[in-house]
Amino acid sequence: MRHFSLRTLLTEAANAHQGWARQWRAPEPKPAYDAIIVGGGGHGLATAYYMAQEHGMRNIAVLEKGWIGGGNTGRNTTIIRSNYLYDESAAIYDHAVKLWEGLSQALNYNVMYSARGVLMLAHNQHDVQSFKRHVYANRLNGVDNEWLTPEQAKAFCPPLNISPDIRYPVLGGALQRRGGVARHDAVAWGYARGADALGVDIIQNCEVTGIVRGSDGAVTGVETTKGPIRTPRIGVVAAGHTSVIMAMAGVRMPLESFPLQALVSEPVKPVFPCVLMSNAVHAYISQSDKGELVIGAGTDQYVSYSQQGGLHITTHTLDAICELFPQFSRLRLLRNWGGIVDVTPDRSPIIGRTPVPGLFVNCGWGTGGFKATPGSGHVFAWTVAKGEPHPINAPFTLDRFRTGRLIDEAAAAAVAH
Amino acid sequence: MLLVTCPHCGARPEIEFRYGGEAHIARPADPSALDDRQWAEFLYFRSNPKGVYAERWNHAHGCGRWFNALRDTASDAFLATYPAGQQRPDLGGGR
Repeated sequence: MRHFSLRTLLTEAANAHQGWARQWRAPEPKPAYDAIIVGGGGHGLATAYYMAQEHGMRNIAVLEKGWIGGGNTGRNTTIIRSNYLYDESAAIYDHAVKLWEGLSQALNYNVMYSARGVLMLAHNQHDVQSFKRHVYANRLNGVDNEWLTPEQAKAFCPPLNISPDIRYPVLGGALQRRGGVARHDAVAWGYARGADALGVDIIQNCEVTGIVRGSDGAVTGVETTKGPIRTPRIGVVAAGHTSVIMAMAGVRMPLESFPLQALVSEPVKPVFPCVLMSNAVHAYISQSDKGELVIGAGTDQYVSYSQQGGLHITTHTLDAICELFPQFSRLRLLRNWGGIVDVTPDRSPIIGRTPVPGLFVNCGWGTGGFKATPGSGHVFAWTVAKGEPHPINAPFTLDRFRTGRLIDEAAAAAVAH
Repeated sequence: MLLVTCPHCGARPEIEFRYGGEAHIARPADPSALDDRQWAEFLYFRSNPKGVYAERWNHAHGCGRWFNALRDTASDAFLATYPAGQQRPDLGGGR
């Protein structure tokens, strides 16, 4: 792997940028691997990277039916935060934030992590009480979060309308300063480049069509559009399509897949300094480095794999945005799109073993998986490599739906549920 | 926005309806006879297919009645809607 540095850049600049090589190979699949990761999104690529980097598993492959980072990794609103209510959630999301903080250096690839602060607005007494509870719970877990008055919120986010006569006046907000955004494509590319350099085969345009099991029930390989591949371990990281992949092994999942939409405005000069979200009026917004306002809408109410949602969902979100930021009502929208998110009954992910020996799953991240990408990959790599969960993902079992030990973040999620 | 055909009222816009998740999941007749695995299966586990899905809808801002639908989750096209209590229609053609 060619090390990227200022010197590399200057060398290439002097060379009219003719020397840049492809950053990962495009190998054909081998007949067998020690492990296969199904799904080449951020979580899958991070999993493969950490399996190779921390657990020495170099003879592994990532199978992606389209192109890497082309699913939810390339469709989300790139928000990073860890201000979750419960201890288990705070542990895994803050594990991710700690990895985000050093990720560009670790990967030698600029993922453009920008800790510009995530401000969550309270519009009613219930919000105020709930968010203050979050602030205190987060602090007990060592996760930064602080309460702002409306005036302090306005000072932190000047475009915000804190007038008391709007439909849902701002009563305050909870601010996580370590929260922010990162460049989603760069996350996929950085992990792909790092994993490839460690020997991982990243195989694109290779759809898994079947999971092969031996007479003892354990997995022995996969069927793909590029032929059969043998492997004793499979890690499924397929987001919205997890139920479809798991059904190939005869495993039913506590998941429903819904469309989730996002949209961007035309690019404008820097006008928005942070990430702002509001549960009550259902809006979240930030500004990309290109200048587009990035806006997240909610999920549609019905199960779908169509990667498009209803226009009334985005309209509802834009109503809220224009109420909080009247000046944005003149902006034109550049495009909107949908992704398919896999949602669990308790809105927490499932990361761990399955009833099928050799088959592991990392799914159920719902509407908020991007923020967890490094942490998710890190603990899932441990799980697949060692055959048992890392302490951080130990509570996030599939079996919790039987035991009843749910991690009920439904009321704690930002928006979209 | 989907156009949903209520079996009682006809085609109406989706915002008149509430979604009710997977259809034909009957509450167990004798819940205490179930073990935890079976109870979790009833409560939480869903088929969630990419393809034809039998699901419940409630015409909340219309007649208020529940009914079932067959819909292709890959295209969002409705294939049939039918009153609650009726069996899932056989659409033939290998669907």
